[in-house]
Amino acid sequence: MNGLIYAFLAIGAAFNALGAVALIRFPDVYTRIHGATKCTTFGSLFSILAVAVYGIVQGGGAGGTMAVRAFLALVFLLLTNPTGSHALARAAHRSGIKPFRAVVDRLEEAGHGPRATDHGPRETR
Amino acid sequence: MRRVAEWTTTALLVFALYLVFSAFSGRWGLWAPDELLAGAVIALLVGLATGPLVWKRGGWRLLQPQRWLLFLVYLVGPFLYAMAKANLDVAWRVITGRINPGIVRFNPNLQTDVGRTFLANSITLTPGTLTMDVDDATGDFFVHWINVKDASPTADAVCGPFPRWARRVAE
Repeated sequence: MNGLIYAFLAIGAAFNALGAVALIRFPDVYTRIHGATKCTTFGSLFSILAVAVYGIVQGGGAGGTMAVRAFLALVFLLLTNPTGSHALARAAHRSGIKPFRAVVDRLEEAGHGPRATDHGPRETR
Repeated sequence: MRRVAEWTTTALLVFALYLVFSAFSGRWGLWAPDELLAGAVIALLVGLATGPLVWKRGGWRLLQPQRWLLFLVYLVGPFLYAMAKANLDVAWRVITGRINPGIVRFNPNLQTDVGRTFLANSITLTPGTLTMDVDDATGDFFVHWINVKDASPTADAVCGPFPRWARRVAE
């Protein structure tokens, strides 16, 4: 059982680290949100599973409570993360940040687009 | 009458959630009496305060139990598979830096608010796709896609089986 816990922790930590790298490597807010989503889905999914398995192994009242509450934390994370990401992205687009090097921007064509401002990242690479 | 139904269903749902939250608090894996009392009071207050808000735009059909069962099947089956695949794909893009982003538009033909929310959240939770906006009148989805293969894609090209499941579970 300990091996399972360590495996879950390792996978979670690896994906969280990749998410952090994504924040540095990706050029603009929208692509960075993709990286952050990866953290919250796979990173925290496996970290929280590790906590839940640990709680089950411990057993008894305290362990059971730990497992159940870790699972509930996961549920609420999976509920709130997409809502927050969507609100961030929509607000960014409305305040005029253009998607970096986008091959197509149907949202702007549809008339919900940004005003002509200059907040987006410049061509750097 | 409708008001009372709104209050009681919301209070009962909150109480069920509180039961999950406080499981194992008493002896033999059951609930402690003071936890049950606190849960009842909290459920009553939350139900009275938010009941009309929860059911404001309909959605009573979500109480059918087979929809909850289908939702669980969806979560551990197609959704987890698609999410794992997309996670590995985006992880590879983080390492190599190969991206081809853009905002595409498609119409998955969902009619209800719950169905659209369901699909939008599924899309956003999958790395590589991010719902930017939904047109309330037409039901068009605007999705930021990290690897645009087609500037005017179909719903299936972007999010695979998600629209079919959204229809099955929420509509």
